[in-house]
Amino acid sequence: MTMGIASIVFILLVGAASWLFGRNIMRVRRNILLGKDEVINDRKGERWGVMTRVALGQSKMVVRPVAGILHIIVYAGFVIINIEVLEIIIDGIFGTHRVLSFLGPLYDFLIGSFEWLAIGVWVACAIFLVRRNIIKLKRFAMKELDGWPKTDANLILFTEIALMTAFLLMNAADWSLQQRGVEHYVAAGAYPVSAHIASLTSFSALSTGTLIAIERICWWFHIIGILAFLNYLVVSKHLHILLAFPNVWYSKLKPRTEMANMPRIAGEVKSMMDPSVPPPELPAPHVVAGVEMTERFGAKDVFDLSWKSLMDAYSCTECGRCTSECPANLTGKLLSPRKIMMDTRDRVAEVGKVIDAKGKWEDDGKSLHTRISEEELWACTTCNACTQACPVNIDPVNIILEMRRYLVMEESRTRPALTSMFNNVENNGAPWAFGPDKRMEWTNA
Amino acid sequence: MSQPLTIRTMAEFAAAGEVPEVLFWVGCAGSFDDRAKKITKAFVRILNAANVKFAILGQEESCTGDPARRAGNEFLFQMQALTNVTVLNGYGVKRIVTACPHCFNTLKNEYPALGGTYEVLHHTQFINALMKEGRIKVEGGSFAGKRITFHDPCYLGRGNGEYEAPREVLLKLDAALVEMKRSRAKGLCCGAGGAQMFKEAEPGTREVNTERSEEALAEQPAVIAAGCPFCNTMLTDGVKHFNKEGEVRVKDIAELVAEAGDL
Ligand code: SF4
Ligand code: SF4
Repeated sequence: MTMGIASIVFILLVGAASWLFGRNIMRVRRNILLGKDEVINDRKGERWGVMTRVALGQSKMVVRPVAGILHIIVYAGFVIINIEVLEIIIDGIFGTHRVLSFLGPLYDFLIGSFEWLAIGVWVACAIFLVRRNIIKLKRFAMKELDGWPKTDANLILFTEIALMTAFLLMNAADWSLQQRGVEHYVAAGAYPVSAHIASLTSFSALSTGTLIAIERICWWFHIIGILAFLNYLVVSKHLHILLAFPNVWYSKLKPRTEMANMPRIAGEVKSMMDPSVPPPELPAPHVVAGVEMTERFGAKDVFDLSWKSLMDAYSCTECGRCTSECPANLTGKLLSPRKIMMDTRDRVAEVGKVIDAKGKWEDDGKSLHTRISEEELWACTTCNACTQACPVNIDPVNIILEMRRYLVMEESRTRPALTSMFNNVENNGAPWAFGPDKRMEWTNA
Repeated sequence: MSQPLTIRTMAEFAAAGEVPEVLFWVGCAGSFDDRAKKITKAFVRILNAANVKFAILGQEESCTGDPARRAGNEFLFQMQALTNVTVLNGYGVKRIVTACPHCFNTLKNEYPALGGTYEVLHHTQFINALMKEGRIKVEGGSFAGKRITFHDPCYLGRGNGEYEAPREVLLKLDAALVEMKRSRAKGLCCGAGGAQMFKEAEPGTREVNTERSEEALAEQPAVIAAGCPFCNTMLTDGVKHFNKEGEVRVKDIAELVAEAGDL
């Protein structure tokens, strides 16, 4: 294989993978923007701070130290080892080898640290696999993960292990070739881990040709693996490595238990109470995905949720920390905040597929409520244990409450006892059947 | 205990041309629920002992709308909220204290969007401040050295970030504060929030309040301290579920202070 052809193949591969990735990301972006408009641009300084602490610094991950620290290793490894990809890309395009080696001692330091990180990632992913598949931690063994979500999680971990293995074997072969002074394999870099791998696997007994083959195969496997992984992100919970950052930046800074106001209803009630106040203007119909949408109260489908809730859905890592602290779930109720997020994402992806196929949205007779039952919605205590636990500041409660709003205000569907509570509040100004005349009775006696 | 309570309404203050230091928002539970009424009175005894010039709205108070909003009925919430804001603004209310974290959350966080902006305090914050300012002095008394565990109300703790005020008050009673396994930001809900108080629980394997009470009882406390009338009911029922009502009392922070200070 001459360098020329290899370079052309390489450039085509990188180009195609990047194009595909760009297209897929734009689809995710379009899907997120199917949600309702909501302006979030206040308190910018605070937002950068939260993003730095929570997304970059992973402050909420380490609340559970074992998983948190292992995750930081994988994350640091993933981000830092990708600096190596820069070199791979330059080498791939120009047919050079270890083009950055002119950095000298800095290069040695970089390659050396990549190696330590790589072995760290390898071990961490292996432990994660054990936790999921052998120890079967409760939050990873729940029904909602059956099927694709479980496969997805294992695929990610296996892929990372395979990538790290290829990276270390590549270095081991390279180091061996450097030792032999083979042409093209300039002596550069430090190989604290792979040098051991080379001696453990008796690379010295292999022919130079075999070593070059190993080095090349691993090199191609590594870069093709990364390009494939990039495109896998968009169909996987692994998308969180990108979306965690904007998702945390846009997260709710207000008190957790504060519910968003509905200005249109406030306007209508104001004009009911005071006839001199004109009723609010009906919102102009807006076009989403080629169809005119009528605004409704609460959320029937993904179009009725804020785009932020849809970004939440795409950012969910399915870690289940929310569900493992949810009082409803802990006491055997159907509700699982993680499932709320997964259902929302699966629904928005389903809507996106219709739009891809038909060029615009066509009602498929389904909605969010097809996936999320009333029993789940009515089990929530709004305690916000889930929002507190979520490492990327996802808010399942907002979706639950918007869906309740739809049920009650558009469908008049509620629990019977809540209907009497509504009647009492309306007639007595209290959730129980005591009138205002009884409100001061406690002061006697 | 024997002292009669001094309670005046906002209307009485207005008629006398006076302005109270603070409005005590009693809340529906505090007004109508037999158990919660005791908390209300305990808090009033503290206010009286500290010579706080406070007012209540009396018959002019109405549900904040919190349960209606959480149950999805925004129209009803808006009717309640806008009516209350009109009353509060009509009296020029600036400061509100309430013994209910749900009223607290709604008044503090949700009324500003409807034109009602007030300084709102939870009664544990208010009591803590009274103690710090030396307006009430309670030393040890009957709770010195007693094991007390505090159950964080979701709407006070996680909701509004207040974990310390109730604990500081308990420490001033010289109580031996013990923490449950899940406390502060990780505190487990009592099961009443989000309008659950007013409905049957959805089908499950267990009640949330049983789960939480079991955890509280594991600390072998003499008292489970609460800061919310709904948590109080839930935990009281939970303690009864384990037949422990003879040994363990569920008490609001206000009741503990009033009792310790013999107010
Ligand atoms: S707010 Fe609702 S969904 Fe979230 S943890 Fe509490 S009960 Fe579960
Ligand atoms: S919502 Fe957050 S805590 Fe829950 S599974 Fe998704 S990422 Fe994990």
